[in-house]
Amino acid sequence: MADNDKKEIDELSGVETTGHEWDGIRELNNPLPRWWLWTFYATIVWSIGYTIAYPAWPLIDNATAGVLGWSSRADLADEVSQAAMLNQDKISAIQSAAVSEIAADENLRQFATAGGASAFKVYCVQCHGSGAAGSAGYPNLNDDDWIWGGTVDDIYSTLMHGIRYDADADTRFNDMPAYGGDEILTRAEISDVAWYVRKLSDQDFDETAAANGEAIYADNCAACHGDTGEGVAELGGPNLSDAIWLYGGTHAQIAAQISNPRMGMMPGWGERLGEAAVKQLAVYVHGLGGGE
Amino acid sequence: MDQPAEISAINVQAINAGARQKSEPLYAARQSIHPKRAEGTFRRLKWIVMLVTLGIYYVTPWIRWDRGEHAPDQAVLIDVANRRFYFFFIEIWPQEFIYVAGLLVMAGIGLFLITSVVGRAWCGYTCPQTVWTDLFIAVEEFWQGDRNARIRLEKAPWSFDKIRKLTLTHISFLLISVATGGAWIFYFADAPTLLQDFLTGEAAFIAYSTVAILTATTYVFGGLMREQVCIYMCPWPRIQAAMLDEDSLVVTYNDWRGEPRSRHAKKAAAEGKPVGDCVDCNACVAVCPMGIDIRDGQQLECITCALCIDACDNVMDKTGRERGLISYATLREYNHNMAVAVNPQTAQIEPSRVRDATGRLVDAIRHFDWKIVFRLRSLIYFTAWAAIGLVMLLSLLGRDRLEVNVQHDRNPVFVQLSDGSIRNGYTVKLLNMIPEPRVIFLSLEGLPGATMSINGIGQPDGVSFAIEVAPDKLRSLRVFVSQPPEQVEPGRTHFRLIVEDKQSFETDTYNAIFEAPDL
Repeated sequence: MADNDKKEIDELSGVETTGHEWDGIRELNNPLPRWWLWTFYATIVWSIGYTIAYPAWPLIDNATAGVLGWSSRADLADEVSQAAMLNQDKISAIQSAAVSEIAADENLRQFATAGGASAFKVYCVQCHGSGAAGSAGYPNLNDDDWIWGGTVDDIYSTLMHGIRYDADADTRFNDMPAYGGDEILTRAEISDVAWYVRKLSDQDFDETAAANGEAIYADNCAACHGDTGEGVAELGGPNLSDAIWLYGGTHAQIAAQISNPRMGMMPGWGERLGEAAVKQLAVYVHGLGGGE
Repeated sequence: MDQPAEISAINVQAINAGARQKSEPLYAARQSIHPKRAEGTFRRLKWIVMLVTLGIYYVTPWIRWDRGEHAPDQAVLIDVANRRFYFFFIEIWPQEFIYVAGLLVMAGIGLFLITSVVGRAWCGYTCPQTVWTDLFIAVEEFWQGDRNARIRLEKAPWSFDKIRKLTLTHISFLLISVATGGAWIFYFADAPTLLQDFLTGEAAFIAYSTVAILTATTYVFGGLMREQVCIYMCPWPRIQAAMLDEDSLVVTYNDWRGEPRSRHAKKAAAEGKPVGDCVDCNACVAVCPMGIDIRDGQQLECITCALCIDACDNVMDKTGRERGLISYATLREYNHNMAVAVNPQTAQIEPSRVRDATGRLVDAIRHFDWKIVFRLRSLIYFTAWAAIGLVMLLSLLGRDRLEVNVQHDRNPVFVQLSDGSIRNGYTVKLLNMIPEPRVIFLSLEGLPGATMSINGIGQPDGVSFAIEVAPDKLRSLRVFVSQPPEQVEPGRTHFRLIVEDKQSFETDTYNAIFEAPDL
């Protein structure tokens, strides 16, 4: 041991070498700068403290929680509740105001529109589409055709209680008879009345068939759809005289709907989202452009 | 000629002298520099520049400028929260940031222009690092005395007096640093209000942290690191080599008349040895804030503050030689004079070649000529600089203060209404860019039969709407344009949305599109 203590000093730099040599190149044994070394030790000490204070060590099915009890979920919950606190004034104003009052107040309307837009993107886009343009069987909320009424209050009611939603006693409900399926009308009669409906909506139609259909319409359809097909919003009877067809406006599509009607269902959102959120949704949907 | 005064040499060596002589480790510990106070033209110029630049920096946020009741009355204000930049009569919105970018381009080209003409004048006179270091050295001198006293104090053992002087110096440094950091924040908020809030502890956290950070950087960079910032941290000394050419004025030691230098000029002259003008008194090294020896030639460390010129001129006055042994000179001029001075046979500088029998410089020696400033390169820089400035000025004078921006709805692109009409939705943004409330008329043109409706504006469908826009604000509107079925053209139709201020006659037009189903 003692003999190996002889240190080899590099002539040029005057620095001790490690004794390692490759192809005549010797490695100098320059020590790490002391500040660097101490900083390195300090980071080790720090990291030990850190793993004790914060969640760090993985266990079988979870990890150590850390003595400070910090968690990112709790942080998020804090931030969410802080954001809610900031909006508390407006939320409670919306809670206590009628929907039509909210729509009339510039400030509340803007807030409700923004809030409604974000709620719409979570709960409504699945059926009505991200632009609220709907699709076959799912109503377009941008247009001015409203089966159950297009005032902001009507929209609010629809949203609160839903349509044909069994869980809510106040839900909007109607039921169109299956004229073909239940054999109330014959195939020919259904075809005739379908031609008459096309006449009501200013589309090409078969003269004779439509003339035959007029009386059938008056007897069977006018009660819910109106004498001239203008619809009855109170009953949820769709307008048949306009350019908008939920299930299609060709003769075959109309006839199919008379024969075995499809009727959509929408859940009531009141219980799930609360009054304030539904009011914001109503203001947003009403502001899409078709609101009455 | 007067009897030349005896000049005693100062015991000082350039801080980078060691590295030039022998190969050493790359790291060298800092040697503290205690510059001697120079007296002369350039020192006076530097005092004036310091006064002006610091004055601008500290005073600007306190200048008031009346913009009426709807806008702040601070002449220069960067209002980050409201995204507005006020500069006297100019107000910049974020989308007009191009003006600021243009100013930065101008500053860049201006720096090239100045550097190509007078070298690193920016470094030597106006760079904040130089200005504050200069200020801190002056403070140091105030408390601790001139160069020799400061060197003695540094070497002296710790004593009450040493602690007192150092404490006073560093307290002064810190006070200046706090004032420096403190002045910065006033550019970002109403200065009097912010000062009050700041002192009563009610200002925003960002204000305190900004002041703390800038105090620290001022104290560390100006008070402690000084020349090391220029030598090790700043990129500009590296770039300058590319900016200088043979016609750029740089601080030059004219060794063609200085060499051979001698501390015992009279004795050497008596012995018949050649003697240059340089008496090797080291006055130029002693005054240098960078601690270098300009006689080693152009070097990265030289910030061209020209204090060595002042120092050497004073010595030349005393020795009875003409000034300018160290001077602003171009490389071309220097090379010419060097060729005159050097004996081609011996490759040695011979003082007799530059001076005639009476001791005057010979006519072949070239002196500084102002015409060199107006050379092609500097004219190109100036032209580019002035052109950008002119274009910006013209566009600033003619810029719009009323604008309309329109975004067509993407989803749905169009909506069919129950009567068969086609409706398109737009987000229309009206920009009232003056600090006065305005009524702006938004109207529709070029779409037959079409009408608009606007959410939240209690007005029936029409082709023109009067909309109030708050001072200096943008108003965003949801606008629906409907066209009756018989007039709808399939596909895409162009039309115009026009905004107009009927009082000032300002208008702006947006060429919008109306989408309808394809046939």
